[in-house]
Amino acid sequence: MNPTELSAHGKSGVSRRAFLKGSGAAAAATALVHGPGLVAEETKPNVVSVGLNTITLDVNGKQQKVDVEPRTTLLEALRLGLNLTGAKPISVDGSSGGSTVLLGGKPVSANSILALECIGKPIVTVEGLGGNSTAISGEIAVGAIDPVCRAFVNHDASQCGFCTPGFVMAVKAFLAKNPKATEAQIREGLNGNLCRCGTYANVIPAVVDVVKGARNGS
Amino acid sequence: MAVEYTWPPRDQTSVLGGSHNKVDGTAKCTGAAKYSYDINPDQMLLARALGCPHAHCKIKSIDTSAASKVKGVHLARALKKPGDEIRWQGDLVAVVVGETEGAVAEGLAAIKGDYELLEVFVNEEDLKAAEAAKRADKSGGKVQLQNEPEDENKDFENQEIERLFKEAAVVVEGYYGIRAITHMCLEPHGSTCDWRDGKLTAHLSTQNVSGTAGQFAGPLKITTDDITVHCDYIGGGFGSKFSADSWGTKCAELSKELNRPVKLMLDRDLELKNAGNRPSGFANVKIGADDQGVITIWDSHHWSTGGFGGGSVPQDVMPYVIVPPNFRRRVTNVKTNTAAARAWRAPNHPQGSAMSQTAIDDVAAKLGLDSYDVFLRNLVNVKDRGDVYAEEMKIAAKLIDWKAKWHPHGKGPAQGSIVTGLGMAIHTWGGGGVPSGCLIKIHPDGGVESFAASQDLGTGTRTVIAIVLAETFGLPVSAIKVNIGSSKLPASSPSGGSITVASVSESHRHGGLDALAQMKKLVAEKLKVEADSLVAKDGRIRDKSDPSKGLSWKEACSLLGMNALEVKGRGAPSPKSKLSSSGVAGVQMAEVAVDRETGVVKMKKFVAVQDMGLVVNRKTAESQIYGAMIMGIAGALFEERILDPKTGAFLNAEIADYRLPRLGDIGELVVEIYEPDSERARGVIGLGEPPVISPGAAISNAVCNALGVRVGVLPLTPKQVLDTLKARKA
Ligand code: FES
Repeated sequence: MNPTELSAHGKSGVSRRAFLKGSGAAAAATALVHGPGLVAEETKPNVVSVGLNTITLDVNGKQQKVDVEPRTTLLEALRLGLNLTGAKPISVDGSSGGSTVLLGGKPVSANSILALECIGKPIVTVEGLGGNSTAISGEIAVGAIDPVCRAFVNHDASQCGFCTPGFVMAVKAFLAKNPKATEAQIREGLNGNLCRCGTYANVIPAVVDVVKGARNGS
Repeated sequence: MAVEYTWPPRDQTSVLGGSHNKVDGTAKCTGAAKYSYDINPDQMLLARALGCPHAHCKIKSIDTSAASKVKGVHLARALKKPGDEIRWQGDLVAVVVGETEGAVAEGLAAIKGDYELLEVFVNEEDLKAAEAAKRADKSGGKVQLQNEPEDENKDFENQEIERLFKEAAVVVEGYYGIRAITHMCLEPHGSTCDWRDGKLTAHLSTQNVSGTAGQFAGPLKITTDDITVHCDYIGGGFGSKFSADSWGTKCAELSKELNRPVKLMLDRDLELKNAGNRPSGFANVKIGADDQGVITIWDSHHWSTGGFGGGSVPQDVMPYVIVPPNFRRRVTNVKTNTAAARAWRAPNHPQGSAMSQTAIDDVAAKLGLDSYDVFLRNLVNVKDRGDVYAEEMKIAAKLIDWKAKWHPHGKGPAQGSIVTGLGMAIHTWGGGGVPSGCLIKIHPDGGVESFAASQDLGTGTRTVIAIVLAETFGLPVSAIKVNIGSSKLPASSPSGGSITVASVSESHRHGGLDALAQMKKLVAEKLKVEADSLVAKDGRIRDKSDPSKGLSWKEACSLLGMNALEVKGRGAPSPKSKLSSSGVAGVQMAEVAVDRETGVVKMKKFVAVQDMGLVVNRKTAESQIYGAMIMGIAGALFEERILDPKTGAFLNAEIADYRLPRLGDIGELVVEIYEPDSERARGVIGLGEPPVISPGAAISNAVCNALGVRVGVLPLTPKQVLDTLKARKA
């Protein structure tokens, strides 16, 4: 066992994982001073502004106001503050990829970053891919939703679907970096996302299809 | 006109058996699908539970006073009283409800527990230690011998078994096993409960929408008519989500008490510690066979744990599928300080397979025979569907190129430290339908709706229902509006044991055909023709041979007048039903590469050939098989519950520590659905379980074929492989 995990409810050795699980304000205070872009000074290590603050986040191209505490993760702000529930809480530390969103164009696990750290940076969630419709339909018109979502649907790359939004966002980020990815590169490059139902065999051809489609200009 | 309840022949279908996208695929892939975890009613409070840090102890006290005072915490409460015994690490001892995740976490951290530690036992693999700790309990077995004792020979059983082993051309003895794993549903167990005006809506992550509503009634002191269980989407269940669970009803009670909606989902570690694990299985096996590898005598003793209450892999899965005429099997149950096991996809079959079809492969190894030939010859020892296995083996062998790639165990060419190997296994499952109601509505304007409580675990329940009704009414799949996921809808079966697809196909086809008969009657009266001469096809109810004679679906529906036609689907499939049946075979073959220096096993190619009666949706059926193969790879190579032998602590109860395959680990997967007319004629049979059974044995056999040494216990982690190789050298 990770020794710090044992003491998650104890006094010392609070790991980042335990911290992000929110185990204690003391832990939050200590960790926050080292967080990027935050106000606490090295000389006042235990001072942190507690309580709710209203901040503005740039989510899916809209400036959205949300109440957060200093310890609120981006995931909590999205899911509970803005009711954008596409990103999922699956692991405590981002190791499932289930909460993947794009922050400043780069993939991050929304549960391992604080909402405060995201002020001023564009955030794209799965809901921002243009397909936020609850319509139940098997046929999707080209252009109706993002090509990655569309390829996932066409290749049945979701079973229970709980991992799928995170997977879609990871693929989005991966293809932005590797628009001409080969199948071998796809198998190499998409190992940050966990799927318990076993959709990997469907994800691979879905991603191959997106690459092909982009090449054909569709 | 008597309605004949059948499926159309293959060449007369329009959508049945085709490859269709899931009707809810877009919702799932765009984040629009709402799971229980995602339901956020106004004014909702968050709740989290605290797990006991010890695997076996008595509660002295649980002090929640400091937690209650944390800013943002509304309630902190012990779930156990002084004197209560805790029997596994993570059992829930307290709950905190608050405004934010942070406040709740701070509250949980402020709870002080005082415990009196008790003796812990968790290492069930060590049977001697289990016996010494008085945790082992012989729970029976069975002996079957062809010969009968001539007289009152009390020792006949031993003597006869000894004789059979003496007569055998070859005797193989081995130790095999598979460690306990967890369900690891990515959406943990839990609910969002909303108590309003004396009524409860429980958004519960459940495989059992119909069956769980009543479980809230007692604790909330109401009757089931005031309860709605709702579950549009569930993030994994795999057999672990049939009950509302203590934390489910607790969440509802808290909502009632605080008069606010409350969300209580288990944290990942508590999910793994409490909410679902699959029993391990370990076995000593002795087999006698003739010189062709046909097994003549089997003698095994297996043991495993189903948790603190004991229980075990039952005796009847040993040996698995291939059962010789003479056998003796014994079982011992071991009690460990772990949570009670829950049904896990194809309960007990994966363990039975991993503990016995490996041993059968060792017969081939010892005789220097081709494993394929030995499995094929042993089909004489298979009770049902021997011919299907033989056909499926042929197809699988072709797909993996068995003949060209085969080499005797341990005799393949090595490339540096890398050796490759082939292995196979065969399996069986039921998958028949059970009573499951539905209501079908046809509106005068042509709209079609269906209603059934049911649930979709990822198999595509909505899509299956839509295809069945679309085929029945001659409409496109998109024309059918399927409603599932609420306990207020007609009662359906739970989804487990692969019964859902057969159940809903049976009831919806049955109700659909009854509804169609009424529609045909209306059209026949209008057109002054015989109802028997009509078919529903291409959006029309029209003459069988003259498509121009008939009415469009819409025109036909307008004959209904003011009210919608409502028809109930039959609940129970009869044993004579032509719509569904039970019982499948299935063959899998694996090709692996093993690095003798690092112990790493890599999947190269993995082939599954699977029958399932009549295929409703080819696309989702294939996905089920792919998914099962990947889950099987997980159990074969990666996942295991790791417990500290001294403290019983669950050491890898977070995703970062609990190894599962990732996208790059699966190699090339090939799926072939075996659906000749003879199988199709059997009607719909469930599919989720069977393909998850064979991977353990097939992959273990491939590794053994590569190395020439059996790595007895799954998962075949690098450490297991290297330890086995080292022991062999020593
Ligand atoms: S689809 Fe269920 S976890 Fe990926």
